[in-house]
Amino acid sequence: MIKDQSILQAIALTLAQAIILLAVSPAIVGLIKKVKARFQCRQGAGILQPYVDLKKLFRKQPVVSTTTSWIFTATPYIVFASTVTAGLLVPIFVSQMPLNFAGNIIAFVYLLALGTFFLILAGLDAGSPFGGMGSSREAIVASLTEPAMIMAIFAIALTAGSTNLSTIVHRTALLEGIVTDPSPHLMALAAVFIVALAETGRVPVDNPATHLELTMIHEAMVLEYSGRYLALLEWASAIKLLVFLTLIANVFAPWGIATSFTPMALSIGLAVYLVKVAGLALLIGTIECMFAKLRLFRITDLLGVAFILALLGLLFFYILRS
Amino acid sequence: MAIPLFLILVGYAAGVLLPLCFPARPRIQNLIAHGLAAVATMGGIYLGMVGLLAPEPLAMSVPSTLPLLTFAVRLDALSSLFLLMISFVGLAASIYAVGYVTELYGRISIGLLGSLYNAFLLSMTLVVLADNGFFFLIAWELMSLFSYFLVVTEHEKSDVRYAGLFYLIMTHIGTAFVILTFLLLFQGSGSFSFDAFRNLGHPLPDNMRTMAFVLALVGFGTKAGIVPLHVWLPYAHPAAPSHISALMSGVMIKTAIYALLRVYFDFFGGHFPWWWGFVVLLIGAVSALLGVMYALMEHDLKSLLAYHSVENIGIILLGIGAGMIFHSYDLDELAALGLIGGLYHTINHAVFKALLFFGAGSLLYATHTRNMEEYGGLLRRMPWTGGCFLIGAVSIAALPPTNGFVSEWLVFQSLFLSYQMPSLLMKFMLPLAAAMLALTGVLALTCFAKAFGISFLALPRSSHARHAEEVPWPMRVGMGGLSAVCIALGLAPMLVVPFLDHVSTSLIGRSIADKMLALDGWALAPVNVEFSSLSSPVLGFLLVATAALGLALVACYGGTSPRRYSKTWACGLNLTSRMEYSATGFVQPIKRVFSTIYQPTVKLETEFLEESRYFAKRRRFEFHIEPLFQAYFYDPLIAFVSGLADRMRIVQAGSLHLYLAYIFVTLVVLLMVAL
Repeated sequence: MIKDQSILQAIALTLAQAIILLAVSPAIVGLIKKVKARFQCRQGAGILQPYVDLKKLFRKQPVVSTTTSWIFTATPYIVFASTVTAGLLVPIFVSQMPLNFAGNIIAFVYLLALGTFFLILAGLDAGSPFGGMGSSREAIVASLTEPAMIMAIFAIALTAGSTNLSTIVHRTALLEGIVTDPSPHLMALAAVFIVALAETGRVPVDNPATHLELTMIHEAMVLEYSGRYLALLEWASAIKLLVFLTLIANVFAPWGIATSFTPMALSIGLAVYLVKVAGLALLIGTIECMFAKLRLFRITDLLGVAFILALLGLLFFYILRS
Repeated sequence: MAIPLFLILVGYAAGVLLPLCFPARPRIQNLIAHGLAAVATMGGIYLGMVGLLAPEPLAMSVPSTLPLLTFAVRLDALSSLFLLMISFVGLAASIYAVGYVTELYGRISIGLLGSLYNAFLLSMTLVVLADNGFFFLIAWELMSLFSYFLVVTEHEKSDVRYAGLFYLIMTHIGTAFVILTFLLLFQGSGSFSFDAFRNLGHPLPDNMRTMAFVLALVGFGTKAGIVPLHVWLPYAHPAAPSHISALMSGVMIKTAIYALLRVYFDFFGGHFPWWWGFVVLLIGAVSALLGVMYALMEHDLKSLLAYHSVENIGIILLGIGAGMIFHSYDLDELAALGLIGGLYHTINHAVFKALLFFGAGSLLYATHTRNMEEYGGLLRRMPWTGGCFLIGAVSIAALPPTNGFVSEWLVFQSLFLSYQMPSLLMKFMLPLAAAMLALTGVLALTCFAKAFGISFLALPRSSHARHAEEVPWPMRVGMGGLSAVCIALGLAPMLVVPFLDHVSTSLIGRSIADKMLALDGWALAPVNVEFSSLSSPVLGFLLVATAALGLALVACYGGTSPRRYSKTWACGLNLTSRMEYSATGFVQPIKRVFSTIYQPTVKLETEFLEESRYFAKRRRFEFHIEPLFQAYFYDPLIAFVSGLADRMRIVQAGSLHLYLAYIFVTLVVLLMVAL
């Protein structure tokens, strides 16, 4: 909590979190692309390629459709802001985050929803049927993921006795109140993993590498964007991916995270964190190569499974406890 | 209390009478009616604040010549909160109406409309102030009648008359149940005064109490619009002029929430079994989900908003139901949390729903249509309306940092804290209700992305939308004020929660304000700060700061080149509004995924060219969704009742001799029974 630390330390930690999110996220995207390239027997671009892409996009002159309103140009900033803010609520390498008090898992989910809302609007704003298609599909995917997400995290929250992410991570890292049978956690993990794939637009829900109108969701919404606006949106979606990987890594396996503020613990925490998210990125890259994208109306089955898993996790928790 | 109350009554009474004194002078009628209403509502706001700050309830009464009836009023915390809400939304509506009714000049009598408007506000005020069962029923009935008259303002249209009739019948069925509830309470107490009702809670036998619970739920639930009694809302709310719709949807249906709290917590003193709360919770969850689902399929903007009222009443009942369950298990701190969540959402919904109905009214004013498929591109033509509607949409979609988010967050917490309950069933059912609330929340987001995106963005879809102009300033002021309140209620919950705590303390006798305001009020915590906390001012600050970071990054990395404007790429064609996604198309995936609930029927007719069956000349697409409750509950019921009436007609032959015979036979039978 904030009262245990000096204000300066709190600000420094929050800034460090923001910087890590901004700095590491493009590399994660690059890593996944590299893994996919290798699976396809290609050399692929370097892991640092997304940084170069971002720099190029920032410098390019943006083209804006004459059909659009201020919503179109404001959306990249809103999406960027809501994603980074949501990211600041997830502990990254220190379990006791200064901003823990600012919001719990519900706030996290609804902050991301704020970005989704404006992206959907932006997709409709240019008037192109592609954008509308993307918006409409994003809406149904978001509708089905959120209940599963909230149920899954709630199953975990019960074990830790808190819905604040930092408190959950801290208590789990210190092995407080851990149930001997890990089945609720495993169920919830499976559910959150499926949700993460859907929320970040990865295969088998969406394909980030496609520009085919039959399949694209996220790409269709941002189709009209260019230049610095596109750069911000691309960066925001990379951050969102990293935030979900962080969530999975730290909520389900927080061990190694810094539970105190000594320099030693902090550096170990940072190193372990980077290894964990890189591992998850490898896993996602592998999944993208092993599975085909599902048909749009098949996604409901997958997300239905995620919801049922989360619910089972909850039921198991109560049965194990009583 | 006496003087401000007297002034309010005089203000409304003048508002009822004076506009009628200037026939055929619509401008003067408009200014007088709405000016007086504004003054009276300001008095109401003052009185509400006084009542909320007063430690003890204020009461006064005037005896009447009728037995059982006294004109008793009592201003306790609960009444004050609702009085404040009614008066505040009433004030905004009065300002808005000054601009809005100009469109109706010459078509209808503005004097009559203004007079009824004041009478409607007065009757709602009396409903929440009444301290006598008889007096309450009179006010309740007046509220129903005046709102009916307002619904049929444009009675020359047949669908408006139908909507009015539908509303009148439904609301009277509800009133019948309310009367039965009060008669039941009267049987226990022997008096119609609320004080007598308060003291009878326990002595009443269990089956009578259960009956009173069900009767009150059905009676007041009809007014509140709970599923399956919600069917009148999507008819009545769109038919009324928009400032009336805002009052009906934002405020009038809340008087039912007020009455339910009054009966369950005040009259029964909070002594009830757990399943009462569970029934309320269940109805809340079903109303929330079905409300938003039907809203999604609606393309008449005002009907869409009406269905969202069903949804939000559901969310309010989720909070209140959770509070009732906690209370019956003696977990009073958590019960207070549920109630505070429900009450917070009640206020928030009043504000953003009124705002959204004002927005819909402005669109109607500017385009003369309620059909969303004929809007489009209006943000550029009507920037004020668009901006305000966007704030309302973000609020109702419960997105941070607006007010809808804070209250929905509180309801979520009270559902999550169910793990402290002794019953395993409740432990499992309340999180399930939370999951339904989560689904409701995202579907509401989708629905308002649709409502805003289709109406305000992209190209205009009709000539109405192409020639729309921004509405006059009183309407903008009404909307702007409510928008500011939406944001203020979201960013400063620490200023609101103590008042709500005062209300819930008066109902269940446990104050939790000091536990809810953690970190000197910077964060909200549901009783236990370890379990969860939320600081909406900090979230708001972070959102602004990170958006500024985005701007700084753009400035830093050379994003200085000016934007180039170009047409949207439409595969080589010129983009027209017919290529855009329509509202129907936008929700098609949802219709398909939830087809079990919607049971859609699609009709596609194609006319082909004579030369070849491969080329279509004309296509006609039609789809309907089956309104389940109407098809499987109301239609059979109506058929049964009218069938019964048909058979009863044999008795009514129209012959005078026969009727005299009836009277004679009745007399003989009565005499025989009496002797």
